[in-house]
Amino acid sequence: MARMKFLCDAERCIECNACVTACKNEHEIPWGMNRRRLITLNDGVPGERSISMACMHCNDPPCAGVCPVDCFYQTADGVVLHNKDLCIGCGYCFYACPFGAPQYPQTTNFGSRGKMDKCTFCAGGPEVDNTPEEYQKYGSNRLAEGKLPLCAEMCSTRALMGGDGDVLADIYQERSLRRGYGSGAYGWTTAYGNADKGRAFGPGASGSKGS
Amino acid sequence: MTRHHRHFLIHLLVLAVLVLAAPAVRAQLYQNPVNPPTTKEQVPLYQPQEKLVGTVSIPDEKLSVLVQPEGREWREFRSYWLRVVAGTLALGMLALLTLFYLFRGTIPISKGRSGRWVPRFGGFDRFAHWTTAVSFLILAITGLIITFGRPLLIPLIGHEAFTSTAYASTFLHNFFAIPFTLGLILIFVAWVRDNLPEKADLVWLRTLGGVLNKAGEHPEAGRFNAGQKLIFWAVVFGGFALAVSGVLLMLPFSVTGIGGMQILHVLHGLIASLMIAVIIAHIYIGTIGMEGAFDAMGRGVVDENWAKEHHSRWYEEQVLAMRANDGRPMHHRAAE
Repeated sequence: MARMKFLCDAERCIECNACVTACKNEHEIPWGMNRRRLITLNDGVPGERSISMACMHCNDPPCAGVCPVDCFYQTADGVVLHNKDLCIGCGYCFYACPFGAPQYPQTTNFGSRGKMDKCTFCAGGPEVDNTPEEYQKYGSNRLAEGKLPLCAEMCSTRALMGGDGDVLADIYQERSLRRGYGSGAYGWTTAYGNADKGRAFGPGASGSKGS
Repeated sequence: MTRHHRHFLIHLLVLAVLVLAAPAVRAQLYQNPVNPPTTKEQVPLYQPQEKLVGTVSIPDEKLSVLVQPEGREWREFRSYWLRVVAGTLALGMLALLTLFYLFRGTIPISKGRSGRWVPRFGGFDRFAHWTTAVSFLILAITGLIITFGRPLLIPLIGHEAFTSTAYASTFLHNFFAIPFTLGLILIFVAWVRDNLPEKADLVWLRTLGGVLNKAGEHPEAGRFNAGQKLIFWAVVFGGFALAVSGVLLMLPFSVTGIGGMQILHVLHGLIASLMIAVIIAHIYIGTIGMEGAFDAMGRGVVDENWAKEHHSRWYEEQVLAMRANDGRPMHHRAAE
């Protein structure tokens, strides 16, 4: 089975923010929250690059490792999802996440920051696929419809790709070979690199197996 | 300087600028890179990346951090080291006290109870103590639930019941921070004068308060002995550190970025672990560890013989004060 990954080709991203807008619209993300965002490195100086970043659906997800209520699980495709009915809004997953993916509806921790929200790889949540309950909590479930994440699907320069990690790697390497340069896939070392110890849980597994 | 010389210098300058700017220029014109890959395998996918911070065009500026590998170290602390430290300190202290109890038992009042009572802690003292004490117990228990619940409670009560427990714990933990901090302030105001270090503390510390003296002889002490002073200052410094770091954790990113939040959490966890161990020892010595000790905070009075043995100098002061007060008892400093 495919191992789903994101890859953002920084040589192609033109900082148009279409992925951000598509994501917000597709899942009706509230104001102040961003499942996906664009970060520009070296803004305005030579070597400027823009990278579209969201949850990378890591091999050994730090969010799942630190969650005090064990609300994360990983699908057979390697997509990291969470159960909002279990989430207590403690904010630990944001401290652990290398990519700043988890988002909260409230800014203070007094009481709770509300249920955490993050990129689902357009794969919904633990509710029954494509039900109103699932949409209300997790946004749309395109994967269940046989579609890939909308952000990557509508990227006009094909900078952001989402899908089978091996295919993405192949496309990226082929591309870089033809153009003669490439800056490495941002976040891949951290998300899928040597940190693959499978301590939080392996793809397809869920529940209190890790820390 | 001739014109020739000047031209030469300008050429030299231009050359120097070009050489110095070469990496930047290459970055800008890297369409002709130095070492282009010749096979697909040479194209890097996994390039080591340290912390990367850029700019974002959305209001949430903390999202300008692209990669923060420190999250992995924080995770290691949160899901491993914090549990090791907190667990070792708490269980280690319990084991130590159990051994001590088996070896020494309850330390008795060596002359037995006299039946006469000396006032020790007035209403204000006890209110300050118990406000802090009850708050600390609730904070400690709820903190331990959040820290150890996943490996210890989820297998017992299941995910849904634990989520309710943990949710309630976060509310209680946040709420009881307020009486805890107020209690700390009261404790500080009430007892700081009698907890300043003095010469007698050195003797007390050298003999460990006479704990190993089976004859029941104690070094002299004023209102508080050196051991109680240590507890006092541990509570004051530890408690305020917990209060300050706790408030900052409740208002995340109000004064610091993600790295600061991780450090605050580490400090909060480690100080709390130490405090729990210290307070376990404090509870032991105030209850089953020593005969007559609980009366001081429980009823506010202590047996005369207990006062003579443990706080001889304070007892004499009380006697003098009582005589000056026409024989009526007088709370130490309570009237001031």
